[in-house]
Amino acid sequence: MSAMSSPIEIDDEAAIVAQARQGDAKAFSELLRRYEGKIFRLAQHITQNREDAEDVLQEAFLKAYEHLDQFQGQSKFYTWIVRIAVNQALMKLRKRKSDRSVSLDETFDTGEDTIAREIAAWDENPEQQYSREEINRILGTAVDDLTPIYRAVFVLRDVDGLSTEETAEALDLSIPAVKSRLLRARLQLRDKLTRYFKRKGDDAFAYM
Amino acid sequence: MLTCKQFLDELSDYLDEKTDANLRKKLEEHINGCPNCWVICDTTKKTIQIYKGMEPYPIPQDVHSRLVVALEKRMARKP
Repeated sequence: MSAMSSPIEIDDEAAIVAQARQGDAKAFSELLRRYEGKIFRLAQHITQNREDAEDVLQEAFLKAYEHLDQFQGQSKFYTWIVRIAVNQALMKLRKRKSDRSVSLDETFDTGEDTIAREIAAWDENPEQQYSREEINRILGTAVDDLTPIYRAVFVLRDVDGLSTEETAEALDLSIPAVKSRLLRARLQLRDKLTRYFKRKGDDAFAYM
Repeated sequence: MLTCKQFLDELSDYLDEKTDANLRKKLEEHINGCPNCWVICDTTKKTIQIYKGMEPYPIPQDVHSRLVVALEKRMARKP
């Protein structure tokens, strides 16, 4: 259990899960209400396809319902269902690209992806130059350009706010693997966002 | 003095405040003498901030409805 999580929230959720396990449909609906949006977003990030993401969403919640008695309650329900959803999403990717296997363990460690290409300071509040809609589009496109494993790690860790340990558990990766992927994802996103957010007239003084 | 590569390898832990005091001091020494790494550090921090807590778009109503129907069907089969 993460020290960062509030115990009240966990107790509350443990009670809901316990009720759901006893067949309380309302309790399960509450779990669905809490997490369907996040699971759908994660599924879209991994599959990059709305139809596949919807399949993943349904399969994840159906499997969670069927196997609720196997949920140990030592981790968060969200971590558990993310793991189910990620497996379903990877199966989709494998089916689509049947000529090559896809795994979250795939290494892309060419050593080149930590090299910063765009080095320029940003405006103080770069978001203010853009409308909310434009910002969302810029942020979304940047994440979509990452490879699936970087997307999954980044979204769980930096957008959903899971700890490194929880992300490792949800994705079945080692902690060093999560850390190295997170670093690369962050640096790649920084690189992409710099093109939009850099201070005008302050172009790269890069010599790296 | 750390190299830029060594600095970047520790950047995530530095921004997450997960480095011990000794390493932190070395990283700060590097950043104070290296304008490029200072910019990378500052803009990576801003990158993380801008994404933090981005709420998912509300789930589309039709997607939600089909999920509920699929679940109800499944629940009806199981005591």
